[in-house]
Amino acid sequence: MTFHAQKRPVAAAGAVTIEDLAPEARFSLRGDPADAGILGRTLGVDLPTAIGTRNEKDGRTALCLGPDEWVVLAGEAERDAILDAFAAIEADTPHALCDIGDREVSVRIVGPDAAALLAMGCPRDLSHLAPGRAVRTVFDGVSIVLWREAEEVYRLDAWRSSAPYVRELLETGVVELRAGL
Amino acid sequence: MLLIRCPYCEETLPELEFVYAGEAHIERPKDPSSLSDDDWRDFLFMRSNVKGPHFERWRHVHGCARFFNAVRDTVTDRFLATYKAGEKRPSLAELEKAE
Ligand SMILES: [Zn+2]
Repeated sequence: MTFHAQKRPVAAAGAVTIEDLAPEARFSLRGDPADAGILGRTLGVDLPTAIGTRNEKDGRTALCLGPDEWVVLAGEAERDAILDAFAAIEADTPHALCDIGDREVSVRIVGPDAAALLAMGCPRDLSHLAPGRAVRTVFDGVSIVLWREAEEVYRLDAWRSSAPYVRELLETGVVELRAGL
Repeated sequence: MLLIRCPYCEETLPELEFVYAGEAHIERPKDPSSLSDDDWRDFLFMRSNVKGPHFERWRHVHGCARFFNAVRDTVTDRFLATYKAGEKRPSLAELEKAE
């Protein structure tokens, strides 16, 4: 048997696509976990309290990143409404809501080789990241938030300043996968 | 690569997500200006430099971002336990019994 005969079929190699996602309203929300109830009612989404879990309602998403830290996503048009709603509870419920819409950019990585591509930079065992969960982790030294949206669908959020580096590594990875490396 | 259990995430995760943050259970003096120079030096710089089980701080920086405490054997690099910041120091005798 030759070396080439052992390679995977060409059609299956590099079966992964990278897609840029449109801008959206994004916030970092920090607050006392004991206030999760009121903070969630203000947002209109129950705040999840288990790290790595997310809740979604009416186009708004809350992801628990840490014991007192959430990421909030919504349509761009909802940005001001969310800021106003939280400003109204500020006096009684101390919290920090920070607009990070300009700080991060996202890509969606889709396909049977998506996990193999991400494994080039992410040391986590992605088979333990169940579909529906999302976590902050690391990609070749860069902090990212990795969402597993479905079995073979991932979303990667990176800070704008490190995004070109992450993107370039991913593109290189796709070429390597296609070449059967 | 070391695998480290984060007591907040309740998951065992690769070392690359964490950073080491020095010896644990070193209490900052309540009134630093009342300390002698020697005591202040000891607080700032003097550490136990244990050979064996060492109580130390780690931070899950690429994760939940929390500081927590760990007991790691500095000879074998083996983690005996990790626990949340603010929790009591576990007894070494019990940890060794559990091994
Ligand atoms: Zn953690």
